[in-house]
Amino acid sequence: MSDVTYPGASAAGSSTAVASKALYRICADTGLKIDRQAELQMKAHAVAAVVFLLVGGIMGIGVGLTRWPDVHLLDASMFYQVLTAHGINVLIYWIIFFEMAALIFTSSVVLGARWATPRLGWAAFALMISGALLNNYAVLVQGNSSVMMTSYVPMPAGTFFYLGLILFAVGALIICFQFLGTLIIAKSERTYEGSVPLVTFGGLTACIIAIFTIASGAIILVPTLLWNLGLVSNIDAGVYRLIWWAFGHSSQQINVTVHVTIWYAIAAIVFGAKPLSEKVSRFAFLLYIAVLQIASAHHLLVDPGLSSEWRIFNTSYAMYLAVMASMVHGLTVPGSIEAAQRAHGFNSGFFQWLRKAPWGNPVFSGMFISLVGFGVLGGITGVVMGAEQINLIVHNTLYVPGHFHGTVVVGSTLAFMAFSYWLVPLLFRRELVMKKVAAWQPYVFGLGMTGVSLFLMGAGTLGVPRRHWDILFSGAENGYEWSAAALTMMSLNGMSVLLAALGGGMFIAVIVGTVLAGRKVGEDQKMPEIALAEPPSEKSYSGIGVGGVIIPGTLSMLFVFFAVFALYYFINWKYLAETWGLS
Amino acid sequence: MTSLSPPPRKIWWNETIDRSELIWITVVVIWGIVLTLMMPFWHLYGDQNLSSEAYRSTPSNYMAKAQAVVEQYSVRTEGKMNTPVVKPPVGEDIYLVARLWSWWPIFELEVGKSYRLHIMSMDWQHGFSLQPANINVQVLPGYDMVMTVTPNRTGEHSIVCNEYCGILHHTMVGKIYVVEGETSS
Repeated sequence: MSDVTYPGASAAGSSTAVASKALYRICADTGLKIDRQAELQMKAHAVAAVVFLLVGGIMGIGVGLTRWPDVHLLDASMFYQVLTAHGINVLIYWIIFFEMAALIFTSSVVLGARWATPRLGWAAFALMISGALLNNYAVLVQGNSSVMMTSYVPMPAGTFFYLGLILFAVGALIICFQFLGTLIIAKSERTYEGSVPLVTFGGLTACIIAIFTIASGAIILVPTLLWNLGLVSNIDAGVYRLIWWAFGHSSQQINVTVHVTIWYAIAAIVFGAKPLSEKVSRFAFLLYIAVLQIASAHHLLVDPGLSSEWRIFNTSYAMYLAVMASMVHGLTVPGSIEAAQRAHGFNSGFFQWLRKAPWGNPVFSGMFISLVGFGVLGGITGVVMGAEQINLIVHNTLYVPGHFHGTVVVGSTLAFMAFSYWLVPLLFRRELVMKKVAAWQPYVFGLGMTGVSLFLMGAGTLGVPRRHWDILFSGAENGYEWSAAALTMMSLNGMSVLLAALGGGMFIAVIVGTVLAGRKVGEDQKMPEIALAEPPSEKSYSGIGVGGVIIPGTLSMLFVFFAVFALYYFINWKYLAETWGLS
Repeated sequence: MTSLSPPPRKIWWNETIDRSELIWITVVVIWGIVLTLMMPFWHLYGDQNLSSEAYRSTPSNYMAKAQAVVEQYSVRTEGKMNTPVVKPPVGEDIYLVARLWSWWPIFELEVGKSYRLHIMSMDWQHGFSLQPANINVQVLPGYDMVMTVTPNRTGEHSIVCNEYCGILHHTMVGKIYVVEGETSS
């Protein structure tokens, strides 16, 4: 690749004095300059991520089939064990191992810089793996830690449960500092000119949030471990929740930040897209950092003893600033694709750019389904249930897992899967296997998970509790008869789980198949599927759009989204108004 | 250049923002203000607002208060556990005990009348989920939470525990009866 518009390529040409050339390779398809240690560590994190996705995904099938009233697969003890294991393996280990790979990518690879302190990186990886294994050992082998991911005190878990989480977090924290170190190296070794690329900026945002998050985790998990060992006499249940959620909710901000970053990256990879405006996109990332300290309140809206003023200020991130940030990315990501497509010549009408998009390429289709699913399923419902009073009709019902299967599964997980279809061939130098399966995978997984999200939220709206083995209350003196609609939704949820599991299985089959048996491609040979799209020239951007609006398609879709958002928001106030008076 | 490369102009923060972005940012900012104002608005004009009244308490202290109300206003007992059914006077402080794995006692309340309902856990965390009214609050040990409730529908209501509390969590279901008031119009 002679194209010098990519930072890796330009840096390769300007022979840096410090780094020896043997430590790098220049990717034949993308021109990216890839540090070999960074590459190895990305591979390690990606493999770990996929293994934990497999384990956690299998657990998810057990959860879905037990909640299906006619199937009710597992007994109570095993259900809570499997539910705990599902949560930790997919929501912590799959997601965070993948994010570590993304941090290395957005710093070392995108900037064409050497990965800082690679030996320390291996130590960090070893800590993360041993933490994850120890935590899983407590849950699955010792069986003394069916406490759910949140491990609310004073319900006790085994010592290894807390210790495992702490070791894992220390490892992740080290990698965050390596990320910062790599930025400093890139700056001082001048591997790029001017400001860092938007994708690196997004990675930096995620890294800063991660450092805050892990610090909060340490503040609550270390005393909890000491309490578990008998060295601390009491942990207050309310304080635990306040600080645990500073960790738990902020983790979700990391996920959002990373998947938004990946959306931008995929838009650049597939379409050669550039940000509509650097200023707007970067400011939106900054808003995620500005208000993350107060997100914990979302989970405490119906906890005892907190003032309404505190709840309102905190749950709204001061003034819905993080929501505004996501809504802005919701314009700028598809907008950057629309503008690039129009500049490529698909400039007719409102939607030619979208019709002519490569829907058979899972890198794009997965990213786009992730974008729409995150916004509509996860975004709208998150705002609704984060309103102080509406939370009264939602808290701890299945609406909550319904919401976050929209955000972290359809949103983050599907975005990570889409990115994997590009990243895995790039790192392993192997051609993707079963391309037909890969092309269908985002649709199967996206549809299945959309069903899971919608049916859980439907049942939750009717009051069905989360984290509950038997909504038919077998063996209980009292019970409650759920409406037929609620039970039907639980069955439909079970069916959706199976469809989503099929989609998850397809992903794992393609990725594992590629890593183990994909056709090997030499480092100097080409693999056209992963080549970066040629960016449109600056000139071709002029005169695009309809009637002076450059992205009319995106803008019109967003107005439809906004109408749905507003309608659904006020419908929920109506639901609230129908229940008992509370003051 | 793309999102994977540095901005082409070093001074990118002076670039003009396109009209499409400005339109959407305006909508988003106004919507953020509306969302923020809805919550104080509901405090002023809505009927469902969770109070912030709560007290530190201990299981023995709280249990003593709950016992006193039961002794004073119990009208009958129900079920295998002889759970007392308490019919308190309107406006009274009533104490609901959450523990592994039951809600105690059962209350009989009049529709349209208000009561000061206290809730606290004796042991682990629990979740108060009143069905079919669908009111859900978190129940913690050590925090005596008070909310003034005004039932708006007669009939048997169930209290489902919706915070995981161990192996028999699913059997933790209590009751509240809502009846027509003797003096109701």
